[in-house]
Amino acid sequence: MSLVTHDAKVQLRSPAAAPPTVRMWPEINNPAAWAVAVILLIMPLIASKFFLIEIFATTLILGTIALSLMFLAGYGGMVSLMQLTIAGFAGYMVAVFGVSGNVNISLGWPWWLATPVALALATAFGTLGGALAVRTEGIYTIMITLAIGAAFYYFTNQNWAIFNGHTGMNNVATPMFWGVDWRADIPFYYVVLGTAALCYFAVEYISRAPFGLALQGVRDNPRRMAALGFNVNAHRVAAYAFASFVAGLGGVLQVWNYRQISPGSVGVERCIDILIIAVVGGITRAVGPFIGALIFVLLRTFTLDFLVQLGLDGNRFRLLIGLGFLAIVFWSSDGVIGLWEHWRQRGATPRQTGRGGHG
Amino acid sequence: MTRFIERHPAWALITIIAVAVLLWLIFAVWPPGLEQAIGRKRIFLNAVLNGITLGGLYFLVASGFTLIFGLMRNVNLAHGSLYLFGGYVGYAISAATGSWILSFIVAFVAVALVGVLLQIIVFRRMEGQDLRQTMVTIGLSIVFADLMLWAFGGNFYQIETPSWLIGPIALPLVSAVRPSGEMVYLQYPLVRLVIFAASVVIGVAMWLALNRTRVGMIIRAGVDDRDILAATGVQIQLVFVLVFALGAGLAGIAGVVGGTFQSISPGEDTRFLLASLVVVIVGGMGSIPGAALGALIIGLAEQLGSVYIPTYAIVVTFLIMVVVLALRPQGLVARR
Repeated sequence: MSLVTHDAKVQLRSPAAAPPTVRMWPEINNPAAWAVAVILLIMPLIASKFFLIEIFATTLILGTIALSLMFLAGYGGMVSLMQLTIAGFAGYMVAVFGVSGNVNISLGWPWWLATPVALALATAFGTLGGALAVRTEGIYTIMITLAIGAAFYYFTNQNWAIFNGHTGMNNVATPMFWGVDWRADIPFYYVVLGTAALCYFAVEYISRAPFGLALQGVRDNPRRMAALGFNVNAHRVAAYAFASFVAGLGGVLQVWNYRQISPGSVGVERCIDILIIAVVGGITRAVGPFIGALIFVLLRTFTLDFLVQLGLDGNRFRLLIGLGFLAIVFWSSDGVIGLWEHWRQRGATPRQTGRGGHG
Repeated sequence: MTRFIERHPAWALITIIAVAVLLWLIFAVWPPGLEQAIGRKRIFLNAVLNGITLGGLYFLVASGFTLIFGLMRNVNLAHGSLYLFGGYVGYAISAATGSWILSFIVAFVAVALVGVLLQIIVFRRMEGQDLRQTMVTIGLSIVFADLMLWAFGGNFYQIETPSWLIGPIALPLVSAVRPSGEMVYLQYPLVRLVIFAASVVIGVAMWLALNRTRVGMIIRAGVDDRDILAATGVQIQLVFVLVFALGAGLAGIAGVVGGTFQSISPGEDTRFLLASLVVVIVGGMGSIPGAALGALIIGLAEQLGSVYIPTYAIVVTFLIMVVVLALRPQGLVARR
């Protein structure tokens, strides 16, 4: 958990400890990864419509947004709370440039024009925010990005010319081409799955590419990297740019999923939800955010019934989420993945104990 | 001050001109052309006074936040929850006993106790792990928000203003001149002025306590280097607990103040957390004078913005933060 804070203590890990074969895709030799991939691909055959969209597609969308945070926090050491804001901005831009129920605001562009423009603007927005956030270090990043997120929320609430105030944008059109309604349950699931997989592998790839390695170097010791000739701030801003694009993709999918967007979708609580998802899942691996998102979505969907069945007040979902988050932060520095690895290594040889990451 | 002018003559000039223009706008009788251009002077004066008094409230919230951050490097994102809790406690006491003053005392003590418990039970266990502490405060803010929603519901509460503070008073500020040549003086709610004066008194007292007493010396030393301070034999944990209690208690008082001249409801915690974040980012993190300056600027910007450019008011606040970050990332009155 001390991603940002390490200053001079954590880099004592000897460089020789890193195995030289890290450039391979780790999933190829992992049967569990293949099993998960197959299950995800044939999900429409197994799951009901409700589970397919409300649980799995939502999980993948939230996971994609949280993945962008995981990339920044895990590899860049920058905990940004504005990832959901960027996603929401992309969603708003889709509604503003594309077709929506608010005819006097929406420009009515076709989706293939509106979506790239929205993505480009969201990336620009996130990069600018990132450029602002990297001017200060570590713990301040949280404060600044939270301030950006909150300011955006209040702005969407106040502004009627572009963001239509607190009612937001309704009936956002979704793409329809080649005779397929891409918002119909099964095509939409595959669109979401494809995007999430793309983002996942992109993050995995970048984490092993020279840029990702340099970024991890910047995370561990910015001063040393600067001395080696790397432009520390440029790496950080580039990381924000990439993460913003990923978050923007998630935001576009989210607005297609709900077909509406309002200030409530970009509220501070939602921003913090993304942090919770990433931290609960674990921010040292790209798979963590998706696990966190699944837990979050399952809890959000079923807590009400579950608590009512226990005879408790069903409205205490956020209390449960908050307590679960506290427990994870208290006991596992690496989220659910960390717990699982810890549990697995308890029986295994003790030589691997240092592997749990940098927490 | 003279050093600042010597080192940044241009900025000093701009600041002096801005302050002079503001003072002229406040005290002078506006020529008719100006009234036509930007509206009546009464509206402007009200916005300025609202901004200054709101700044006082922001200062109360943000000074605790910045004090805790400065000493313990703990970005207490549950600070808004402490504010809201103080407001609810104040409301409960004021509704039960009818005493406004008592509600301040009880809110201060109750919220300070929460702060002490947090420091002893939670933050002491993870000292030096800034990010983990911040995450914990996020979790706590979620839990607190939901517990308070559970206990108090989603209603708006307003703490009753005591009878001796109700009603406006005339200020020696001319808001308009009648055609007959008679001066019209501005009427302004007394309670807001009293609260502003109280926050100034609290601010000055804090500044004196920090700069003129032994405990203040210890705290300042801790802000600069807590490890060395601990090595000199000071009971650093006790200092931490005291500072956390003070910071939390100030948030509690601010809650009662906010409940008196605005209202308390779920969601206010986030609003005041954002306000404190922006105030300390603008003013400089860990600095009490910085919190005062930042609170004044943000309060004024928010109120003037909401009067003159209503749909972009929040952008003004935000732009101030951006400009400060771009030009002086450590904040206006930063220590380092």
